[in-house]
Amino acid sequence: MTPAPAPVVEMTGITVAFPGVLALDDVDLRLFPGEVHAIMGENGAGKSTLVKALTGAYQLERGEIRIDGVVRRLTTPVESAAAGIAPVYQDSHLVPNLSVAENVMLGNETRRRFGINWTATRRRAADMLGQLGLDDLDPRVRLSVLPPAIQQLVAIARAMVGAPRVLVLDEPTSSLEPDEVDRLFAVVRRLRDRGVAIVFISHFLEQVYAISDRMTVLRNGRREGEYLTKRLDRADLISKMIGKDIAGLQALGSQRQSHLHEPLGGEVYRAASLARRGQMEPIDLTLHRGEIVGLAGLRGSGRTELAYLMSGAERADSGALWIDGRRSTIATPRAGLRHRVAMSSENRRVEGVIEDLSVRDNIVLALQALRGWARPITREERDDLVDSYIEGLGIRPAAPDTPVRYLSGGAQQKVLLARWLATRPRVLILDEPTRGVDIAAKLDIQRRVAQLARDGVAVVFISSELEEVVRLSDRIVVLKDREKIGEITNGPGVTVDTIVELIAADHEPSE
Amino acid sequence: MMSDTTPSIGRWFAELARRQYFWGIVAIVVLLLINVLKDPTYLSISVSPTTGNLVGNLIDILRAAAPIMLIAVGMCLVVATGGIDLSVGSVMVVSGAVSMEFLHSASGSVGDAFLAFGLAVLISAVLGTVNGVLVAVVGLQPFISTLFIMLAGRGLAKVITGGQNTAATNDSFRWLANGYVFGIPVVFILALLVVIAVGVLVRRSALGLMIEAIGMDPKAARLAGVNRRGLLFTVYIFSAVLAGIAGVFGTASVMTVDVSRTGYQLELDAILAVVIGGTSLAGGKFNITGAVVGALLIATLDKTVVFLGVSSSATPAFKAIVIVVLCLLQSERVRQVFRQRRASRPHTPQKEVIPA
Repeated sequence: MTPAPAPVVEMTGITVAFPGVLALDDVDLRLFPGEVHAIMGENGAGKSTLVKALTGAYQLERGEIRIDGVVRRLTTPVESAAAGIAPVYQDSHLVPNLSVAENVMLGNETRRRFGINWTATRRRAADMLGQLGLDDLDPRVRLSVLPPAIQQLVAIARAMVGAPRVLVLDEPTSSLEPDEVDRLFAVVRRLRDRGVAIVFISHFLEQVYAISDRMTVLRNGRREGEYLTKRLDRADLISKMIGKDIAGLQALGSQRQSHLHEPLGGEVYRAASLARRGQMEPIDLTLHRGEIVGLAGLRGSGRTELAYLMSGAERADSGALWIDGRRSTIATPRAGLRHRVAMSSENRRVEGVIEDLSVRDNIVLALQALRGWARPITREERDDLVDSYIEGLGIRPAAPDTPVRYLSGGAQQKVLLARWLATRPRVLILDEPTRGVDIAAKLDIQRRVAQLARDGVAVVFISSELEEVVRLSDRIVVLKDREKIGEITNGPGVTVDTIVELIAADHEPSE
Repeated sequence: MMSDTTPSIGRWFAELARRQYFWGIVAIVVLLLINVLKDPTYLSISVSPTTGNLVGNLIDILRAAAPIMLIAVGMCLVVATGGIDLSVGSVMVVSGAVSMEFLHSASGSVGDAFLAFGLAVLISAVLGTVNGVLVAVVGLQPFISTLFIMLAGRGLAKVITGGQNTAATNDSFRWLANGYVFGIPVVFILALLVVIAVGVLVRRSALGLMIEAIGMDPKAARLAGVNRRGLLFTVYIFSAVLAGIAGVFGTASVMTVDVSRTGYQLELDAILAVVIGGTSLAGGKFNITGAVVGALLIATLDKTVVFLGVSSSATPAFKAIVIVVLCLLQSERVRQVFRQRRASRPHTPQKEVIPA
């Protein structure tokens, strides 16, 4: 690599305070042109805060920002944009009902005397897309019909219209499939080669290693250090991020492996030809007490749909169900909870926690709903329950009155877990319980899941991270295109590749 | 530490000032002060020598506030679920029409008064059930569903009375609206009792939590097993029954139902009271005390308009101005502007407790 020239952006001594907390404490960041710079850290380490200090969304308590060596005050997003910094946030702020071209050029339309020159605007949009290697994209098509991955690329094209010096990508890949990630990275590399400095934030370690040249590691609002990606191996990175070693992960894996040899408990849940037209082909599935069944498959393979059918979030239109050997029907989530089948949705913020309710109310909600509003949980019972879960699951901060909105993703996930556990489920279906959660919390949640199984709960574990599924599950049900294509009993010989091969081998159903 | 009492009162006041409905209280005080400026004896309450009842403008305000309090509390619960109930004014007139029509042909006994009251509540509950079916089962938007009863209700009232403004005589029934207990108007006492009962029920049981849950996030609440349909039925029936009682109060004071005036546009007063009380129309967190403060403010405003002799054509504009100013004062944006101005002003010595 050529020796790095002077940095485009140099942030020194950045300190950002929120009421009661120091979100960033004396943090430095250097961004060089033509480099992808990853900001690494757990949830709450201050990654997004650092980025927002750069994009003018947050005020600095102390510290200075130099752009091309000149001190600049970036107090609003407009000033930041004028300084050549363009953010693309997680939930890209695009307008679904407008066309691709309109989205790309929004606010930068070519004007003539009366209104907007649409022909020229569209041409510039197409030109922009072409520069990013997205020639195949029709600028006239409505954004909402495009898959999320392409929308993400449109968001980048939109950010690039002002020809910024620095492009900020905050979790751009969290909802993308592997091949879509490749496409995004192709665009990122193209921009890097044109001399743009790119800030990349992601929870996916492999992606960070694939794309970044340099990284800054944060922990608890402080800077751990700046490293060249190729000089820092994964284990070192993780230990710098969490401040302790990762032996726990390995321990957990071997623990589960030994569990496999134990005989299975009794059958607790059996579905025969459970199906819903247009959503799930008929599926057979049996769950035993104390086992973890992983659902593996790509996103869109029917994992979530199956979780919905099993728990009553969606009504099955055919098939039969036995719970504890008794024939049952579950047509609503409420009925599911009555049969002690709980499901934690992958969509934590919309279908999971209620952000404006307190930790306490979020935890008791399902149990209270089960009892009905006329039989309130007594204050002592409630406080006991809430305290025991805050303690037992390690929910931090341990503040039952705090609205869940103010908790980190990992803590929210634990609150949600506590809510379902409070209903004492026999079957617990966890859809992506570790998505968007930092490594420490992820490990913690996995540990709790393993413990639940030991306590006799039948757990269905769904995750996009196949490593996680393989590590935790006793059995793995593999789904593809809304169908079950196989079932693997886990064991020492089973790896991620086993699953991937199974999915890949299933080209043509032999019908 | 200073003395024991002053900080606690100060803290109590600071706590109050942080409430959304604080500005509602301020507005009531300001309106009363304006009235006092016009007539220094405005606030005086005297004991009537003949009946021993309290008389005065404040008492009139309480009496006028009673029906608004009831419908505002019902509205508050509906709004918390993320809905709205436009039908309360029309439910009032139907309830009034049913009771008047019944009493018109009945004797003047106490039993008949009870029956009339029961009948009025029953028909209101039926109308509330219709709202509930449309919202919870059919899945129409609350605005449209209740708009339907709002329009149909007034027509129904006319059908019940045959288009007449039916009058009746029944002293017990009349006492509900015009009577006094311990010198205080019965309507106000009843309204207050009902409101307190609803408040206790909602907060002591888990009803409040469930309502907030479906108002904040219906999807998440459903997956948590919350019975949304049942709750929606409950709140719409609640709202209608409270409106029915308000309708009885509204008609019993004159023992006549005016099919075109009774309860007319009171749904708007109720919505305003709820908003002034700090409950967001987006649903979720609700505040019953706030709704009561809002209702009292609207009653005060109505009486003030009359007292100041604002011409009837200018009355709506006057009301609108007061409410807009109030909403501005409450809005987070405006408050922030004030805070920033205060903060940017050069520091002046203030009467604060300075740590020694």
